[in-house]
Amino acid sequence: MSDAGRLSFHVPAPAVRPGGTPDFSDVKISPAGEVRRPEVDVAAEEIRDLAYSIIRVLNREGEAVGPWTGQLSKDELLEGLRHMMTLRAFDARMLMAQRQGKTSFYMQHMGEEAVSCAFRKALAPGDMNFPTYRQAGLLIAGGYPMAKMMSQIYSNELDPLKGRQLPIMYSSREHGFFSISGNLGTQFVQAVGWAMASAIKRDTKIAAGWIGDGSTAESDFHAALVFASTYKAPVVLNIVNNQWAISTFQGIARGGSGTFAARGLGFGIPALRVDGNDYLAVHAVAKWAAERARRNLGPTVIEYVTYRVGAHSTSDDPTAYRPKTESDAWPLGDPVLRLKQHLIRLGAWSEERHKQAEAEILATVIETQKEAEAHGTLHSGPHPSARDMFEGVYETMPSHLRRQRQQAGV
Amino acid sequence: MVEAIRDAMDVSMQRDDNVVVFGEDVGYFGGVFRCTQGLQQKFGTSRCFDTPISELGIVGVAVGMAAYGLRPCVEIQFADYMYPGYDQIVSEVARLRYRSNGEFTAPLVVRMPTGGGIFGGQTHSQSPEALFVHVAGLKTVVPSNPYDAKGLLIAAIEDNDPVIFLEPKRLYNGPFDGHHDRPVTPWSKHAQGEVPDGHYTVPLGKAAIRREGTAVTVLAYGTMVFVAEAAAAETGIAAEVIDLRTLLPYDLETIVASVEKTGRCVIVHEATLTGGYGAELAALVQERCFYSLEAPIARVTGWDTPYPHAQEWDYFPGPARVGRALKAVMEA
Repeated sequence: MSDAGRLSFHVPAPAVRPGGTPDFSDVKISPAGEVRRPEVDVAAEEIRDLAYSIIRVLNREGEAVGPWTGQLSKDELLEGLRHMMTLRAFDARMLMAQRQGKTSFYMQHMGEEAVSCAFRKALAPGDMNFPTYRQAGLLIAGGYPMAKMMSQIYSNELDPLKGRQLPIMYSSREHGFFSISGNLGTQFVQAVGWAMASAIKRDTKIAAGWIGDGSTAESDFHAALVFASTYKAPVVLNIVNNQWAISTFQGIARGGSGTFAARGLGFGIPALRVDGNDYLAVHAVAKWAAERARRNLGPTVIEYVTYRVGAHSTSDDPTAYRPKTESDAWPLGDPVLRLKQHLIRLGAWSEERHKQAEAEILATVIETQKEAEAHGTLHSGPHPSARDMFEGVYETMPSHLRRQRQQAGV
Repeated sequence: MVEAIRDAMDVSMQRDDNVVVFGEDVGYFGGVFRCTQGLQQKFGTSRCFDTPISELGIVGVAVGMAAYGLRPCVEIQFADYMYPGYDQIVSEVARLRYRSNGEFTAPLVVRMPTGGGIFGGQTHSQSPEALFVHVAGLKTVVPSNPYDAKGLLIAAIEDNDPVIFLEPKRLYNGPFDGHHDRPVTPWSKHAQGEVPDGHYTVPLGKAAIRREGTAVTVLAYGTMVFVAEAAAAETGIAAEVIDLRTLLPYDLETIVASVEKTGRCVIVHEATLTGGYGAELAALVQERCFYSLEAPIARVTGWDTPYPHAQEWDYFPGPARVGRALKAVMEA
């Protein structure tokens, strides 16, 4: 045996497990307003620190401070609040619908609403998102009809995807929302390809890729960064770090790298880390990255530091792997409450109006839900036919599929 | 055949600005088999370019480009290297039209050299066609000669569905009947080596009868078409050799008509036996032609081992093995 002794095997573990006291003291939070805002044509090596800090705008008092404050008007902020509240109400109703057996599966956004809702407002018409399953805010904030989302979730007769896809795997070219695969990470590199195509065609549109902290371990993530870096693709590469990949804490995918954003640095891609629960910060950083892409300056990596308050999906029970009260201890707070507080501070909002808006939004969601349910839910009412199952595999149905359809008697 | 493949891309790129060609060593150098030589000079680096060594990346960005509206025709340097891109092919390329109800499609072509006969060992000799035929949403094509290669590749690029285009690398420089100890005949001395200029297509899903016969039907594709022809000639058996050309969608009518006529069927491919495409063909023939069959269907294929190096000609299903199968089926 050498002088160094025997080796030992290292497996990272979260600081606290069920039964313990939640502790996020290792999450270094930059004070709001503290992180500098470089010009968009900055070189990646000049802003290495931005991959390790957290860009924040809203402070604990609800004030917007610092260089990333941005130019969102009160009306735009009120609209943003409404989008997040709508997404939250939508989630609550759809979760309940799943529990009632109206659909097989659901995934909620609780705690992460600001990320997709604010990002959507930084894009222009024609831009394309390659989302994961926790960015429905892109649709809500993009004006996609909620009834269509519900019909997809219910796989009813109005399901735009004809019952072929799991609930919430939406698709809308018109709304810049690429068909969700459901396989993890695969779409990150596709976003880069879409952006490359836009550049090849001398277009003005940009793409946005989305991935979770856990899926950054997939090869697709690294291929995306290589191709984006090599071809300076006009793409925003979004990593949503919500701390948990089902039961696996973010340290398993992150390994020895200080942050997920820092992964971009090795590829020479500017990388920013932002408070994902701060609507203003998310929007400002997204705008910055979108402008870089649109000015042909290339890709940007953004890590949104947030927390998945709910279960991974309706098939998951987080109490089995993390303290029940962990979300309460999350140091970046709740995105809806923080924007609400800011708007109240601006004099544009009040507790009463918030309560009223909550009730209105819920009523709208319930009304829309009734409308969607009139067209069927997964196990009752009208639904896509077995014939639809055979359509759309190819542009024209080949004879072997025609024979199988006949065999199925549909 | 290399020139025919290059010409197919050249013609397609001229006709449609949305056709782009890329892959490892594909741009400046023109590909390790020279199939893309000159395309970058002619069409510029935006239309034909080199990529990082990442089959996942090549296929993955092609999906995004196709969703945008381009028609990528990408090269995987050897079919043996496609596995890192296989998830993108199976989970994304094949299903995009279906899962988005046609809102997004992947009209792309993935070209890859396939098959053995070049002492390429296990990393340059594989025939993975069954792995593509098994996936709903893909079309799989294997040309056997320059005329077809050009016409099929143009048809594949113009097709609105994704096409896996497997190029038998042993055929790149001339037909090969499995007699590895004989001199190579160049395509210039072969009838199907004649390739017309300009645009033409060979439709996907249509087989070709290479040799008419009444005694036994041989179902083959790629290099094995020539091996089957040689075996038929050498045994003197009146075998009808069908070149399938497209494995999916397959040309069941041509297959059934032939087997009903001959009453016998031998299936040949280079790929491993178990779970191979030949098993699907055998099942189809059995389902469709059972009452016409006068003998059990035979399969002549690569052995169920990884592709070896020194034992290349013990592994490769050459004319002697195919000939023995023809005789056995005739005697049954």
